[in-house]
Amino acid sequence: MSIDLALALSSAKPAGKRPYFMDPPVERVLNILMATVQELAVTRERLDTVERLLEMKGVIARSAIETFEPTADQAAERGLWMQEYLNRVLRTVQQEAEALQATDDLASEEVAAEVSQA
Amino acid sequence: MDGSQALKNAGLAQSYTGPPDYRVVGRHGVFPETSHDENARFNFLAHMNRHLSTRVMPAVTTAWERRAGPAFEAHEGRPPKDRHEVRKALLQDPYYQAWSALRRATMEQRQQAGRWIALRQAETLAAKVEALTMSGDQLELDPALPIPRYVSAVDHHCMPGSYHTEVFPGDVSGAANYDCGIFATTGGALGRFSDGGGHAVVGWIQKQMPDFRPHHILDIGANLGQNVLPIAQAFPEAEVIALDVGAPMLRYGAARARSLKVDNVRFVQGDGSNLSRWPDSHFDWVQTTMTLHELSLASMKAIFREIYRVLAPGGIMLHVEQPQYRSDMPLFEQAMRDWDAFYNNEPFWSTMHELDIDGFMIEAGFDSANLIHGGVTAVVDRDVFPDTADDESEDFGRKAAWHVIGASK
Repeated sequence: MSIDLALALSSAKPAGKRPYFMDPPVERVLNILMATVQELAVTRERLDTVERLLEMKGVIARSAIETFEPTADQAAERGLWMQEYLNRVLRTVQQEAEALQATDDLASEEVAAEVSQA
Repeated sequence: MDGSQALKNAGLAQSYTGPPDYRVVGRHGVFPETSHDENARFNFLAHMNRHLSTRVMPAVTTAWERRAGPAFEAHEGRPPKDRHEVRKALLQDPYYQAWSALRRATMEQRQQAGRWIALRQAETLAAKVEALTMSGDQLELDPALPIPRYVSAVDHHCMPGSYHTEVFPGDVSGAANYDCGIFATTGGALGRFSDGGGHAVVGWIQKQMPDFRPHHILDIGANLGQNVLPIAQAFPEAEVIALDVGAPMLRYGAARARSLKVDNVRFVQGDGSNLSRWPDSHFDWVQTTMTLHELSLASMKAIFREIYRVLAPGGIMLHVEQPQYRSDMPLFEQAMRDWDAFYNNEPFWSTMHELDIDGFMIEAGFDSANLIHGGVTAVVDRDVFPDTADDESEDFGRKAAWHVIGASK
């Protein structure tokens, strides 16, 4: 099946050692980030297509999107979504802060030794 | 409605100088189908390449002049003596690192995007190619042909599998990936069918040699034939041979040519360093387009010798390439042009561009009085595409502005 080929091989490494220009872990994150940036652009173009098709078919006017003002309830719903979103994206920063504030954090490996004592 | 909105939109399109939307790409009978999001992915990549070359790269010069260059001189007590010292000093600079990492990432993303498109329909594409090439004699493969080390050692421009491997018998996904992605890599600068190089060569020949009527033309390293088709179309009476070592490229190329109704090109699997199947003085014109830099020194010399042998008296040999590194080209520019050699798997690029090509042509038998030097830019449909001739920016080694070097016999 071609789709299996695509899943297995589309991201294949070319023959030849890869150069790294930064610390490899940093460049790894950059590479993942740029792929994500690309997919955001893809989604933005798709949304633009949807808006233009809806306008062509008389469903919405794109200018109405620009001037849209949410009601108080809608604004609250959006505000909550934004808070949830930031919590999710910045999970690692919250956990770093909690770790700073913790006083008796143990590593599981330490507890493993403790709970394994006869 | 007063029309101001329409005027505004017309003005936007007229003043826009960026890459064209991917959807204007030329589609032939074996061109892979692309979905909305696959088109959008290529749009992103075309813009990313342009952003890197016009917005990010210029400050690499500043980083060299103000930081990496002075640091080298402070450390070594002398200026760098060659482009390799410049490049190695640049590798220490954070801005060069960032530009390089982004450029490499974009190259890999382009391969991934194209491979996804080609592989997800690989069986359909293979069947279409088979249907278009099963009759006629436009395709001649040689499964016993050894793949040269300069092709197999590393995958050129980070294209997994390079020109010669197939995932299953009859697979052409590598060629389809190359074909559909080059438009994004070049931002459309090579035109709808990525054949701006071929059209440029035809234009150059017609201007320089208006009475030239070649009967036998050979294109070495023809790839999928994108640059030889304009030549075949300009000289419909000629018998044209598109020679390459990669069977998948040739199968795809033959099917592509047939669907574009160009029937005077035969796609032959072979190595340009051994043209023994053709007698002396057989060809009126031997062409390579962006091929020399993907060879090796030994093969290039052998290819020049074979070209001299198979050329008829009065025949011409032409090579289209990026400009050579002459002694008056600043070492920084040479180092920047070397980027693709070392970080985009073009291993002969660096050496090839410092060689005395004239000397090798003379060594192969050509008379020093008959050497040819010229310059061309990609010839494209200017209504749709950016014209490289109007572009004053520089994309060290990537710009569609080339040198023509060659000789007549």
